Amino acid sequence: MAEILVLAEHRRGALRDVTYELLAKGREITDSGGLELSTIVLGSGCSGFAGELSNHADRVLVVDHPDLAEFNAEAYSKVLVGVIAERKPRLTLIGHTSCGVDLAPALAIKSGLPLATDCIDLSLDGGGLAVTRQVYGGKMNVEGVLREAEGHIATVRPATFEPGEPRGEPGEVVSLEYPAELELVTRFTGFVEPPPGEVDIADAEIIVGVGRGIKDEKNIPVVRELAEALKGELGCSRPIVDKGWLPKDRQVGSSGKTVKPKLYIASGISGSFQHVMGMKGSDLIVVVNKDSKAPLFGFADYGVVGDLFKVLPALTEKIREFKGSG
Amino acid sequence: MEIVVCVKQVPATAEVDLVVDDSGRGIESQGLVQEMNEWDEYAIEEALLIKERLGGTVTAITMGGEGVDAVLRRCLAKGADNAIWLKDEAFEGSDAYATAKVLHAAIRGLEYDLVFTGAQSGDDNYSAVGGILAELLGLAHAQMVKKVEVGEGTLVVNRELEGGLEETLELPMPALLAIQTGLNEPRYVSIMGIRKARKKEITVKGLGDLGLTGGEVGEAGSWMKVQRVYAPPVEKEPEILTGSPEEVAGRLVEVFRSRGLI
Repeated sequence: MAEILVLAEHRRGALRDVTYELLAKGREITDSGGLELSTIVLGSGCSGFAGELSNHADRVLVVDHPDLAEFNAEAYSKVLVGVIAERKPRLTLIGHTSCGVDLAPALAIKSGLPLATDCIDLSLDGGGLAVTRQVYGGKMNVEGVLREAEGHIATVRPATFEPGEPRGEPGEVVSLEYPAELELVTRFTGFVEPPPGEVDIADAEIIVGVGRGIKDEKNIPVVRELAEALKGELGCSRPIVDKGWLPKDRQVGSSGKTVKPKLYIASGISGSFQHVMGMKGSDLIVVVNKDSKAPLFGFADYGVVGDLFKVLPALTEKIREFKGSG
Repeated sequence: MEIVVCVKQVPATAEVDLVVDDSGRGIESQGLVQEMNEWDEYAIEEALLIKERLGGTVTAITMGGEGVDAVLRRCLAKGADNAIWLKDEAFEGSDAYATAKVLHAAIRGLEYDLVFTGAQSGDDNYSAVGGILAELLGLAHAQMVKKVEVGEGTLVVNRELEGGLEETLELPMPALLAIQTGLNEPRYVSIMGIRKARKKEITVKGLGDLGLTGGEVGEAGSWMKVQRVYAPPVEKEPEILTGSPEEVAGRLVEVFRSRGLI
């Protein structure tokens, strides 16, 4: 029976959340289309993963080899192209993660299959693949169709679909041979840990986040003062770190910290999905932005469409007044 | 060191109301300010830094219609030596695949040690052109690159992973690197640079010059056909607070107080 193939992503001995999200979405598609759900894990000594994955798929394909101990896009693409050629999955799902974007384009060319990246939704459409993606920083959606082909490859945005629950009946585990003739030119040499920061904002109960809307490094105190008045921490979006205005340990988002404070105030942050992934678990979210179409408003409890240079000082002042009188 | 950098002009869309155009398959571009794709600013900077250290040339290359040569002028003003403009009506509507095919046709005949792209573009957001282009050129590649060290025939790069973690890779040259933001400080364009750039020539190439046919590029040569562009549905309606900054602040203080946050 034709199948949907999900690439299991793992790092440092643990399967990553996106794997379960892809399996849940894959299951939804197989259930509606008379297909089977297979997942493939590439690693070294990864039998533990196979057991865990078997609760989520009809079949777990395992390629176990020392060369696969860490993710390597070249090794992954060379192994997967053979698996895809042999099994001809109707659809191959990969996370739109750092590893996914490193791997998927090369795999698509090697396999001769059309690719759609960063999908927030997808469904089989005859011999094609219907996908929804976001463009212009999340301000517009695009619906498109990948041209008809024997199979398709899609990378799926993390944290878009709910992870699936384990099923009662575990799927079969199948070991696949590591291709003998692989000659790899790219070599993984190690991890680089993030530098330790002065504080771990992941522990903070209140975070005031600052984004591009702050315009200039010299304006950061406007946000810092509010954070201090609230006895909270200062956080920020990626561009603020890229510009060197705040250290990396203040960055909220998928490539920085994931935070779940009681209160997150986002000021001048439009809300890339990477930022949203890092803060959407906050209990209360307040968004201040001049742009009423900023995607982050869609995740806010309270929104203020206005100038942060007026709203934040007014809020700082009111909080100081309140605390002074209390 | 011969470095080719693929760059792109994109509309600035922050704090701008986007409107779907009459075709329903794109956005109204009139009135939008065009700028260099943010990731490409870092890619061209990294290329210039390597050139300044090790010598060689930097060639900027872009694909697009009228006006996108501004992004090439910007690269020349920053210090790029050559500029190539891939310009043909047939290229319109190209997705990541068709774009990479056009770039491949233009780059394959050049001498290069490194090819850079941005890790993604701020408009189409594919994060795929670099990887496809690398595969078409038969190059080792790395995506989301945060650090580049050039050795003798080899490269050591850092790739950004999640949660602040990075990984280091060794790969042979020539190679293609898709550059992530934040790995350097993109330089400003100087008045002197702009004056010098005006005198430099931009090489223009069309479909025929590249040995491509219409069916390989544009929408016909793409993997994806766009059917509809629309504003994303709002998943959650926040309570929008209106009034003067003082009124809004007063309301928020009430909310914070009722939740025991202050």
